[in-house]
Amino acid sequence: MLGLNKRDTRFLLIVIALTLLTPFILQPFPEGSALAQFNAGYPDLMQRIAIFGIFAIGFNILFGLTGYLSFGHAAFLGVGSYSVVWMYKLLDYNVLPGLVLAIITSGLFALAIGYLSLRRSGIYFSILTLAFAQMSFNLAYSVLTPITNGETGLQVYTSDPQYLMSEGEPITPHLFGLVMNESYKLNLGGWVFTFNIGYYFTAVIAILAFYLSLRIFRSPFGLMLRAVKSNQTRLNYTGLNARPYTLAAFVISGMYAGLAGGLLAAMDPLAGAERMQWTESGAVVIMTILGGAGTLMGPVLGAGFIKYLEKIFSKINENVLEGWFSFLPEPLREVVVWIFSRFTGEGWALTLGLMFMLVVIFLPGGLMEGGERIRNLIRRKKNKPGDGASPDGTPAE
Amino acid sequence: MGILEVKDVNKRFGGLHALKDVNLSIKEDTIHAIIGPNGAGKSTLLNVLVGKLVPDTGSVMFDGQSVLGRKPHEINQMGISRVFQTPEIFGDLTVLENVLIPCFAKRDGAFRMHAFETVESEAELIDLAERALVDVNMADKRHHHAASLSRGDKRRLEMAMCLVQRPRLLLLDEPTAGMARANTNRTIDLLRDIKERREITMVIIEHDMHVVFSLAQRITVLAQGSPLVEDTPENIKGHPKVQEAYLGEAH
Ligand SMILES: Nc1ncnc2c1ncn2[C@@H]1O[C@H](COP(=O)(O)OP(=O)(O)OP(=O)(O)O)[C@@H](O)[C@H]1O
Ligand SMILES: [Mg+2]
Repeated sequence: MLGLNKRDTRFLLIVIALTLLTPFILQPFPEGSALAQFNAGYPDLMQRIAIFGIFAIGFNILFGLTGYLSFGHAAFLGVGSYSVVWMYKLLDYNVLPGLVLAIITSGLFALAIGYLSLRRSGIYFSILTLAFAQMSFNLAYSVLTPITNGETGLQVYTSDPQYLMSEGEPITPHLFGLVMNESYKLNLGGWVFTFNIGYYFTAVIAILAFYLSLRIFRSPFGLMLRAVKSNQTRLNYTGLNARPYTLAAFVISGMYAGLAGGLLAAMDPLAGAERMQWTESGAVVIMTILGGAGTLMGPVLGAGFIKYLEKIFSKINENVLEGWFSFLPEPLREVVVWIFSRFTGEGWALTLGLMFMLVVIFLPGGLMEGGERIRNLIRRKKNKPGDGASPDGTPAE
Repeated sequence: MGILEVKDVNKRFGGLHALKDVNLSIKEDTIHAIIGPNGAGKSTLLNVLVGKLVPDTGSVMFDGQSVLGRKPHEINQMGISRVFQTPEIFGDLTVLENVLIPCFAKRDGAFRMHAFETVESEAELIDLAERALVDVNMADKRHHHAASLSRGDKRRLEMAMCLVQRPRLLLLDEPTAGMARANTNRTIDLLRDIKERREITMVIIEHDMHVVFSLAQRITVLAQGSPLVEDTPENIKGHPKVQEAYLGEAH
């Protein structure tokens, strides 16, 4: 189906099901229960997971397949956001023209940056992408203020032309009248499930993005990208020119980033230069590696994992911790709360850093490798010990 | 005129004169061996032929066209494939994928954006690749990870990758080093068989004289960067200079 073999079709269907059921999956505990703070049913969090999932899926096409580690992909994220807000300002709040423009501009931008950066490989390539992205960030802040509105960030003003704006059209982002931030709430027993239009819109795009990446992974083009990572010398002496392959991968991943940036502005009609900061570039690197670079699901998993934990951990402030440890005697409680609060709330980055270190050291293949190991353990228990290796040697997805 | 004409090639690495006034003419449709002691400049010469190194002076013509100044992938697309002294394969990929890549390169050229077909659906190329693996007796290993192969298997894989491209000129840098005796003999048979079946020129660098004398129609002896003699295997065997410079001490 859809140019996929049976196994991949099943895989895609599972991904679609998971994506569509996310509002249930991320809301495991009844409202008002003690564990409700671990729910993540907020529409904005689900949206962010889908959006950063797209960002990471695209990044993985470059980094996971070719091994070229870009530290500048936030630049494309920013370009995407600016494009969408500009379309709001010039046309109307329909997100579609903006998203199309976001993909085009980020693609062109990636073509220029990629063309220059790919003259080098390894660490020099990474530094070049970082330099270009930081340059873009600084330009957005200073010289390009007429386009980016500098520090304030780009937003829609009542004085903007909005040529396509018609009577009664929504004045927040929408898709032909479907307003992004509208939700439908479902009360079931103690649970409250939120179905948000914006989430389903991003989810459908995320599924398309995933499908496209699946096709690339299985294509001869994808095979060449993996060959680039494996041995560029052999590739060259086999009559293949690595440069256009890596450039194509770079542009595709830049377009994914632009789409993700555009979707951020589709959820919240703002675009600021801080979206181009190196911290955002670093975030997508961490998501991809944490989930499992070069695997299909890894980047999505990494994005979901990080965005979810970020939300949960940053909610846990000292008051919450006091509540948890109220059973401890006074002096001890203070110490425990102090220690835990370093890793939660504002200190969430410390937890993320620790997690990242542990994964890189013990699970170089990321969470996907973790899953694979658990599966092998179970399989080995079932089968006789000794013949645990899979006969066809297919790698993790 | 040979298919490959090397004229007055010099290459220095700092103070080391690695290739000294090398003149070499390789006749089309022959197997030409280059022998010589370690450090004689044999691999350096191949590096010049495939565009890995640019010589300081001289010219290299392949089928009437200059090779110099072209990128390695362009030279390969002209019809020159090389097996390296230390195997260069795609370690992260499976054996079959390794052989498929040169098939794509041969059919589609140096770049093609075929992102919407699947590798699986390329039945013709897969068939071609599998037959190339049968030729080197590795069909049973087609789903193995290439990095996990033994050194000899890696070399046979690399040979399959080169042969499947049906190059006009095949350069082999010590193709049987690190191979068990049985596989060495199988490799000799394979190369001889290929040579009989189709028109192909081979330049083979080899320390194993059994391989050289089983295959070569012409032999060039290289010593300290310059060709000492070039002749038929029969004459080389008895040549006093060769005995002294190479064969005598090495064997
Ligand atoms: N890239 C390089 N830079 C500097 N010196 C080099 C380089 N490549 C080769 N050499 C030197 O040039 C000389 C010839 O090397 P080459 O590899 O061509 O020898 P060879 O005949 O292939 O020997 P072997 O039989 O050991 O493979 C050696 O002294 C080697 O150290
Ligand atoms: Mg050598």
